[in-house]
Amino acid sequence: MRLSPDDLIFWQYGFLKLNGTIVSTWGLMFVLAIGSKLITRKLSNGPHRSRWQNLLEIIVTSIEKQIEDVGLRHPQKYIGFLGTLFLFVALASLFTILPGYEPPTGSLSTTAALALCVLVVVPFSGIKEQGLGGYLKSYLEPTVIMLPFNIISELSRTLALAVRLFGNMMSGTMILAILLTVTPFIFPIVMSALGLLTGMVQAYIFSILATVYIAAATRGRTATPEPTDELSV
Amino acid sequence: MDSMTLIAIASIVTAGLTIALGSIGPALGEGRAVATALSSLAQQPDAASTITRTLFVGLAMIESVAIYCFVISMILIFANPFWNHVIALAAGK
Repeated sequence: MRLSPDDLIFWQYGFLKLNGTIVSTWGLMFVLAIGSKLITRKLSNGPHRSRWQNLLEIIVTSIEKQIEDVGLRHPQKYIGFLGTLFLFVALASLFTILPGYEPPTGSLSTTAALALCVLVVVPFSGIKEQGLGGYLKSYLEPTVIMLPFNIISELSRTLALAVRLFGNMMSGTMILAILLTVTPFIFPIVMSALGLLTGMVQAYIFSILATVYIAAATRGRTATPEPTDELSV
Repeated sequence: MDSMTLIAIASIVTAGLTIALGSIGPALGEGRAVATALSSLAQQPDAASTITRTLFVGLAMIESVAIYCFVISMILIFANPFWNHVIALAAGK
């Protein structure tokens, strides 16, 4: 039984390997990039717009609203990164509908890479927003004794992001494989639907957590969150 | 009992115990989280979207602990380095 798509090797030359993870990641990149390019070729401002443009607008505006709701101001600066994270992970688990496809996020390499991207973007945006001194000073809040704990929490948050996504995706595919050997076909289909649901939830969780980390870094650790408008009467 | 049998017994028993004990805590925690979220939804239905979103994020954080235990269990069964080492020794003999 395969633990991850890393073990499915299509082509090998020396130590250069073309395994299942790389091929499915390229497929996803192809679909996302070429699809968006084709849809945004003729954008229209008027009341008549194509269905696909409508779909993309719905996706982009709802992601932007979510980012704003969580407390990250000026979502236009971060929506490129956060939106792509969400779309990549969501599409990776959505394509499990296709037969013979294994999600690349079921391999620890992919999820570790995504978590490392978040690890780099968070201090980068914090420094851009608050300056180097201001960002480094936020590690000393609330007291200087918390400095090692703040550093450890940065690293363990990244590790948790990677392992959470990997564990959820891998367990989905593994449960399916195990069930296929012991039960009739109807149960694996139900489990595959559950895997689809958890895939979508995990994509949302990944991007929302990245948003919260960036919001914490750009706002400073002791800033109080603004009250949301929906609760005011 | 030679070392190969000992490693096999230890891996199998630990894998089972890890996932059994490791899913008790997160399950209890998630139950409490959902119960509190439901009661606060009943008290303030117009904050439903905020409550639901925070509930999902909280559930994912709690779930991660169970996922860690699951990953350890899978490693012990399928990618066990001690077992691979002992098998390689036995095959090389």
